[in-house]
Formats: sequence, structure tokens, C-alpha cells
Amino acid sequence: MNRIRILLAALASGLVFGLGLIVSGMVQPAKVLGFLDLLGAWDPSLALVMGGAIAVGLPTFAWAKRRQAGQQASLLGEPMRLPEARQIDRRLVLGSLLFGVGWGLAGLCPGPALVALGAGSGPAALFVLAMLGSMGLFEWLERRRRP
Amino acid sequence: MHIDWSSFTPWPALAGGALIGLAAAAMALLLGRVAGISGILGGLLRPSPGESRWRLAFLIGLLLAPWLVRAAGAMPPLKIEASSGLLIVAGLLVGVGTRYGAGCTSGHGVCGLSRLSGRSLVATLVFMAAGFVTVALVRHGGVL
Repeated sequence: MNRIRILLAALASGLVFGLGLIVSGMVQPAKVLGFLDLLGAWDPSLALVMGGAIAVGLPTFAWAKRRQAGQQASLLGEPMRLPEARQIDRRLVLGSLLFGVGWGLAGLCPGPALVALGAGSGPAALFVLAMLGSMGLFEWLERRRRP
Repeated sequence: MHIDWSSFTPWPALAGGALIGLAAAAMALLLGRVAGISGILGGLLRPSPGESRWRLAFLIGLLLAPWLVRAAGAMPPLKIEASSGLLIVAGLLVGVGTRYGAGCTSGHGVCGLSRLSGRSLVATLVFMAAGFVTVALVRHGGVL
């Protein structure tokens, strides 16, 4: 019974997340690129999307972090597994750099690309295929590094 | 730089952002997980017992969202204008970059900043800066 509740919660969260991306306009690469285009006609919308999300996230993540620190389970009884990594290393910086370049080239990041794929967009399917391919390559390289 | 007031949509941006924050909060409080899309997707490529189903459920929800909006008659037409070659290059960079950097706009940007993680703040500043520079070079620097 609890397994089903967990899957339903994950499904509903994905759905609401996707709705947020559509409502905010972030599924349109032109909106994202309009934000990244500081030298041209700048569209600040993306900053407000982040602001709106973080306004809700700040108090709720503070609560979630307290549960994790107190070794409590999640509200559905799962172990709390929020990230605890703190190191700022070359992998973090170089990886984020590559991601930012790709983001700026097409105006797509993983969430909006998946929502656009769900909407039946052919170009999004191509992007997602390439993204999955290089994520698979990453996994393969990681397994060779640390078998 | 000048603000493009005709494209700026403050209320839908805030409302959509709040929905994204709500979804991230639900994942953190109900499942004890961060709603980082690249991490959820990448985790499926490294299957471990009991770790795949919740990821699939979240991703199915994400894929179904446009169907719900379409059923309500409110789905705007999507315009993805990048060429096929550019989409492939961008997809490859986003895939490998988000895995090496351990997060994207959702994991580092929304969840990480909400957690007040210094690591996520650095990641967010780096990918935003890289995005700014890339668009400046493509649109104003004659690159590509």
C-alpha cells in the first residue's frame, strides 16, 4: 500500500513540476534564450520562475533538512536522502560549464526537454536522445573508472 | 542591455515557479529526495534495486503534464527553432555536463538554492554564466 502511495506521490510531483514549466513558459526555448541574452532584449521571466520556486522551497527544504538531521523518515516513511555533498571541485565546475554551454545553444535543459517530448515535439526527441546518449557514455566511463 | 517588456511575463513566471517549488517540496518531504531531473533520469541508467520505479513515476508525470494542459485546451504551441545539428550538440553537452556537475537547473538551481547549498550556488552561477556567454557569442559575436 505504501509503495503505491510513494509512486503516486512521485507521479503527482512530476505532473505538477511539468505544469509549472508549461505555465511559466520555460518549455519555450525562446523564453529561456531571452533570459540568457543579456546583451539583447532581455526577458527577466526566468529569474522570477526561480524566485517563485525558491520562495516555496526555502521553508519546505528547511523542514526536510531538519527531518534528515534528526534521522527521521520522510512523511511517507522513506529514508531521507537529500544530498549532503559539499565539495566544490573540478567535476562540479567543468560539468556545470558544459551544461551551461549546451543550455545556451538550444535553450533547453532536461526538464523542459522532457515536457516538450511528452507534447510530441520531434526536435525535443532528438535533443533528449542525444542527452540520454551522453548520459549513458558518462555512466560507462564512470564504471570503467570505478568498477 | 534593455528589458524586453513585451516578452516579460512576471505573473505566469511566479505562478509556474511556485508550482515547480511545490513539486520539489513534495518530493523532499514525501519521498526524501531532491527533484533534480538530470539526476532522476541519470539514475535510471545506473539501475539499483528499488531505485527505478519512483524515478519512472516522476518522469511519467513530467511527460503527461502537456497532455493535461492540452485536455484543458490551454497548451501553447511549442517552438523549438534550433537546427537538428545544434540540438544534437546541445543535447550531448547537457547530458554529460549535468552528470559530471551532478545537477541541472532543477537539482542545483531550484532544490540546491532552496537547501542553501554553497556547492549548488557555485554550480548555478557557473551554468548561468556559461549560458550568458554562449548566447552572447551566438547572437552578438557571430559565432555559429
